[in-house]
Amino acid sequence: MTADQALIDVEHLTMRFGGLVAIDDVSFKAQPRQITAIIGPNGAGKTTVFNCITGFYKPTIGRLTLRGDREYLLERMLGHEIGQQARVARTFQNIRLFPGMTVLENLMVAQHNKLMRASGMSVFGLLGLNRYRVAEAAAVEKARGWLERIDLVVDADRPAGELPYGAQRRLEIARAMCTEPCLLCLDEPAAGLNPRESAELNELLVSIRDRDGIGVLLIEHDMSVVMRISDHVVVLDYGRKIAEGVPDDVRRDPAVIHAYLGTGEEGADA
Amino acid sequence: MTPRLFSLLKDAALTAFVAAALGLFIVGFRTVDVGSTKGLAFDYELVDLAVAVVAIFVGRLGLSFASDGQRWPALVLGAVLGAVGAAPVRLPSTFLHWFVGLAGLLVIGRSLWPSAERAFGQARQSPQGRKLGVVGARWLAWVLLAAAVILPITPLADQKTMDLGVLILTYVMLGWGLNIVVGLAGLLDLGYVAFYAVGAYSYALLSTQWGLGFWAVLPLAGAFAATFGLVLGFPVLRLRGDYLAIVTLGFGEIIRLVLINWVDLTNGPAGIGGIPGPTLFGAVFAENAPPGQKTFAEMMGVPFDGTQRLIFLYYIILGLALITNLFALRLRRLPVGRAWEALREDEIACRALGINPTNTKLTAFAIGAMLAGFAGSFFAAKQRFVSPESFVFIESAIILAIVVLGGMGSQIGVVLAAVLLIGLPEWFRELGTYRMLAFGLAMVLIMIFRPRGLIAHRAPSLRLHEKPSGGGG
Amino acid sequence: MAYFSQQLINAITLGAVYGLIAIGYTMVYGIIGMINFAHGEIFMIGAFISLIGFIICGLLGIGSAPVAILLVLLMAMAFTAVYGWAVERVAYRPLRGSFRLAPLISAIGMSISLQNYVQLTQGARPKPGGQIVSGGYNLFSADGFDVRVTWLQIIIVVVTVVLMAGFTWVISRTPLGRQQRACEQDMKMAALLGVNVDRTISLTFVMGATLAAVAGMLFLMYYGVIDFFIGFLAGIKAFTAAVLGGIGSLPGAMLGGLLIGLIEVFWAGYFSSEYKDVAVFGILVLVLIFRPTGLLGKPEIEKV
Repeated sequence: MTADQALIDVEHLTMRFGGLVAIDDVSFKAQPRQITAIIGPNGAGKTTVFNCITGFYKPTIGRLTLRGDREYLLERMLGHEIGQQARVARTFQNIRLFPGMTVLENLMVAQHNKLMRASGMSVFGLLGLNRYRVAEAAAVEKARGWLERIDLVVDADRPAGELPYGAQRRLEIARAMCTEPCLLCLDEPAAGLNPRESAELNELLVSIRDRDGIGVLLIEHDMSVVMRISDHVVVLDYGRKIAEGVPDDVRRDPAVIHAYLGTGEEGADA
Repeated sequence: MTPRLFSLLKDAALTAFVAAALGLFIVGFRTVDVGSTKGLAFDYELVDLAVAVVAIFVGRLGLSFASDGQRWPALVLGAVLGAVGAAPVRLPSTFLHWFVGLAGLLVIGRSLWPSAERAFGQARQSPQGRKLGVVGARWLAWVLLAAAVILPITPLADQKTMDLGVLILTYVMLGWGLNIVVGLAGLLDLGYVAFYAVGAYSYALLSTQWGLGFWAVLPLAGAFAATFGLVLGFPVLRLRGDYLAIVTLGFGEIIRLVLINWVDLTNGPAGIGGIPGPTLFGAVFAENAPPGQKTFAEMMGVPFDGTQRLIFLYYIILGLALITNLFALRLRRLPVGRAWEALREDEIACRALGINPTNTKLTAFAIGAMLAGFAGSFFAAKQRFVSPESFVFIESAIILAIVVLGGMGSQIGVVLAAVLLIGLPEWFRELGTYRMLAFGLAMVLIMIFRPRGLIAHRAPSLRLHEKPSGGGG
Repeated sequence: MAYFSQQLINAITLGAVYGLIAIGYTMVYGIIGMINFAHGEIFMIGAFISLIGFIICGLLGIGSAPVAILLVLLMAMAFTAVYGWAVERVAYRPLRGSFRLAPLISAIGMSISLQNYVQLTQGARPKPGGQIVSGGYNLFSADGFDVRVTWLQIIIVVVTVVLMAGFTWVISRTPLGRQQRACEQDMKMAALLGVNVDRTISLTFVMGATLAAVAGMLFLMYYGVIDFFIGFLAGIKAFTAAVLGGIGSLPGAMLGGLLIGLIEVFWAGYFSSEYKDVAVFGILVLVLIFRPTGLLGKPEIEKV
């Protein structure tokens, strides 16, 4: 595949907080219809990369090109525009659902922009016009489809905050998918899941890649998840990229082994 | 004496000691004027203070017993306090009778609370209880509405009741308007009364200067207030919640100060008088119509009666309030309403979903302002006089208290809170002086014990499954 | 020139009072991140306790002004501190961990209650405080105008400077100050490390209330008249000072207080006294919009 077809192209990304360099000149690409994993030890700057891509931080230096329906330069866009126009969706390390709203409502909020247009900025909706009702019914159907895929149909009318942890993780992914993204960024989706839930998650992510054809960018600690499902792996350490490639190559890379296992020279030898 | 008892006594003594330290100067030495030359002298109220401190000691002890599960000692202490409060023995002031008596009631209530709560919980779980709950929730609103509609044609409808009805409904409308901003969108607006002022002055000026009628100005007043909301809201809605609260308070005060000082436009502190009331199909509500107009009494061919005007005003504000309510309920089920609630719950997640937080908040702010504008022009038409004095911070605080007490986001809760906070003090005039004290304490207590308000239930804006009926789960 | 100098002296005096109140806002905000809306009322109560204290001194026949001032100062500080402690204990501590707006709503409720409590117990009419210190010193005359600094103004500035120096020392050098800073950084971690968080927060409120009491006494002496409503305006202005200086920063509060004093006095002196409060509110709005971290505050990084 040539570079021009990459879904997202991160070039020379650098992020400084005062004197602290959180990310230092990181470049990588993620392809459409692939799962790209970003891995690295704690504090390697993985979440900071995500926050730059999804507009929560303004990068100090660097270019973030997203090729969706057209080209977007993400570093020039405001936070919400990235979700709205460039269609990058994300989840959070410590789940951010709307806990007091029901599961279904969470998925409806995700379809906000589409529904807002259908409701004519609320005017048609207030008048109760048919056009809005049709759009709303379609949105509910879309939500129902996702609830079936994540096995939460019976819980649709419960407050999201009451769901068990694993279900909340799945719901957050479904909510991100309801925005109809072209790139889905998942921040440690397997954290805190038991092995069975983790396996279900793998299936879900693979189906998002293969069935929905969405590019996935994934931060993960759980190496078994990464090695089993990702097509491409980027390894960060202390804010720099130290390796990149297919999972099997990365696993054998001495720099990666050093970063994960070695605290000093002896560690790397052992 | 057991160690447990000793620690309870120590705790009560400490509480009483703190209360004594708090009250020593502010309560114990009442400053009074004694002529212009001599300055101030004291009325000593140290005996009152001592009685109150003893009551606090006993009351605290009773509460500790109650929360310790020792019901009988608590009940005895409560009964003693209640008896002293109700007894004809002369405490130094009536206030102290109330104070001691209410302390007794509090202790008794607290000691009976666990069993009451258990009984209540069981009743709710029983099949009849559930059915009653479902039916009650569905019918309460309709019963209240029916009562509100027929009130003016019942014998109860004298001048005083209608006045009070209009007042309560005005606050209900304001509460429903502010509920969109605070309850749904989670934006703490401490300057809500500013938009009320904009609406009131819009009608006052347009009617007295240009001779426009109430019905023509009503939409204009809403539009002006909404415009104010947009202009003020745009720069500040990015701010964190508590900063937003202070800035809106600042805006409220700025508008009031401008109303006071821009004498050319607003006539300053003297206010604007002679504002015409609303008309019904061109008929005025007065004994004699101005030239070229008819009075309502002439039009209907009935004798003139002062309450006709009040009843008319009552139905106008009832209509406005109902429109506000329907509007709010509709909006809540629309994408914009769900986005408001989502923003209240987690703004960062909203941004990640591509929702524009500023625009979404701005719509809530502007809609809230518009509704306050409607209410404001109604207020001006009812009073026939406006002055900056009606739009002080405390008004904003009262409206906020209604929303908070009712349960942020709950429509029926606002009605109950408005009746409680506005109605009760008006019925019991002697309570009037303690009204604001009670408001303030109520806000604190609600936040501590029932932060979701009196009516805490939140109904989903839409459902996937049919609503479970009375019995099932 | 002379007019300007006189205004400057008046502005510094007023700024000192605002600065003292602003410290209470800034310390509480620094440690638990809430706006203590009732702080203005604490200041008002401090002023009332001072008023009552001065009358008691008169009744006891304490004629010497310095003795009376010192006695009243200590008394007001001690008894107002109890209010600071009690407000935190009753209205804020139970709400730690509640939803975001709960403490602020509770604080507004507390503010309304305290205001009406004083109105009920002490009456609604303005209370004249009498003149405790009179006289002053003519600095120079120019343009036929005497530039004068009163003894009272000197007392106000000296008391403020001494107290601010003392409190800066407490915060930066004592174990209490260290615990406060630890709680500011991370309350959970501080608790794990053995800091008594509840006690530290209580002491922060007590310190804030103590300074507010001093401000109340100085206000009473300077203006000579108080009522139950003074806490509202003074509170908002002091809060503006804290925000302007950078909320959470102690030197910021002092600087902010001084600036608000300058803005208010010079606005009234050169433009219009009717709109002086509008000017202060305007500053508040502008600072929050364009520089919410204030002049000396540290920027906040949003945690995602």
